[in-house]
Amino acid sequence: MEVPILKQGQVLIATFQAALSDADLNQLRSALVQQVVRFRSRAVIVDVTAMDVMDSFASRTLREIAHMIRLRGAETVIVGIQPEVAFAMVQLGLTLEGVATALDLEEGLAYLNQKFKIMK
Amino acid sequence: MVKRDESSELLRELVAHLRQNRTQLREEWVGRISETRLLTAMTKEEIFAEATSVYDSYVEALETETFEALQAYARNLSERIIPRGVETHEVVGIVLLLRDVLARSLFAKYQTDFKKLNRILDAYEPAANRIANTVAVGFVQERERVIRQQQEAIRELSTPVLQVRERLLILPIIGVIDPQRARQLTEQLLRGIRTNRAKVVVIDITGVAAMDVTVANHLVQTVEASRLLGATVIVTGLSPEIAQTLVTIGVDLGKMNTVGDLQGGIEQAERLLGYKVMALAETS
Repeated sequence: MEVPILKQGQVLIATFQAALSDADLNQLRSALVQQVVRFRSRAVIVDVTAMDVMDSFASRTLREIAHMIRLRGAETVIVGIQPEVAFAMVQLGLTLEGVATALDLEEGLAYLNQKFKIMK
Repeated sequence: MVKRDESSELLRELVAHLRQNRTQLREEWVGRISETRLLTAMTKEEIFAEATSVYDSYVEALETETFEALQAYARNLSERIIPRGVETHEVVGIVLLLRDVLARSLFAKYQTDFKKLNRILDAYEPAANRIANTVAVGFVQERERVIRQQQEAIRELSTPVLQVRERLLILPIIGVIDPQRARQLTEQLLRGIRTNRAKVVVIDITGVAAMDVTVANHLVQTVEASRLLGATVIVTGLSPEIAQTLVTIGVDLGKMNTVGDLQGGIEQAERLLGYKVMALAETS
């Protein structure tokens, strides 16, 4: 199942569905990295609210997405990590260091707004 | 088999003797209890009433050689007297006193027939010891149950997550943190962040004297998990011992935001959230 990427002003928004295969994740990564430059976006928001489990591949991919997008000149915010998922990730040592996080989509947009003043 | 029959035969004789001399032996026992200053938390009348029921249960346990009824009675008794501050040594003491009082009466009764006395004691002693054991164990079990219940209650009360301002939570931690409590703290904090939509959390550990490496690691993980939910954690009131532990396990200090005391922590949280607190100008 392909993850849709929405364009909202200068921000790209990708929303994870519950079950994503490794292939879907790889596809999402390349799509995001391409589109961020094509649309001249300032930031990417990845919404993982629907994921109630996150395996090591998914969180490694999230970190890779964030770092690749930084190299492409934009910022990534991961939003909507569930409390149980957050603690499980930390216990596995997957802390997404260097990646911005926010409670939900609204918070993520507010954070970017404050940082870039993009949603006037 | 013969020996067993003989033993219950002797116990029957013994029980008959104890029933006959009930009043006198009971009084002697109560006298000994107040002499040795046991059960000072209870009045004389109460001691006498309890002594009567203990005596009857005791004789009944000797007669039937079953201990379930006595066990139930011991538990019931413990339930009543534990809140009044009766100690383990007192309960064990009075049961042993009763055993001695009864043994004395047997010596007096069979002093002319030494062989019979020996056989009676052979039957009496194991049963009496088992009774003492049952009562003592019942008392201790009841106490442990009370302690467990209280621990449970304390645990539930001990992890408040409080909102002090819009989007600012504080989590004051007091007392010893064991791994179970640490897990509970984390769960409550992460859930609190979500329901209160918190952006900043102040964890105050002024009231925690020391923590072991496991719990310190857990604290660090809690800080990281909170960040994944988009909240910044400020830890305040670290004691020198805890600072030492954190340095020993090699905490990445870039990840951990610490401030000396709770006030400083709240002030920094307010700065992060863009609040500015100032005193009202005095109206003159």
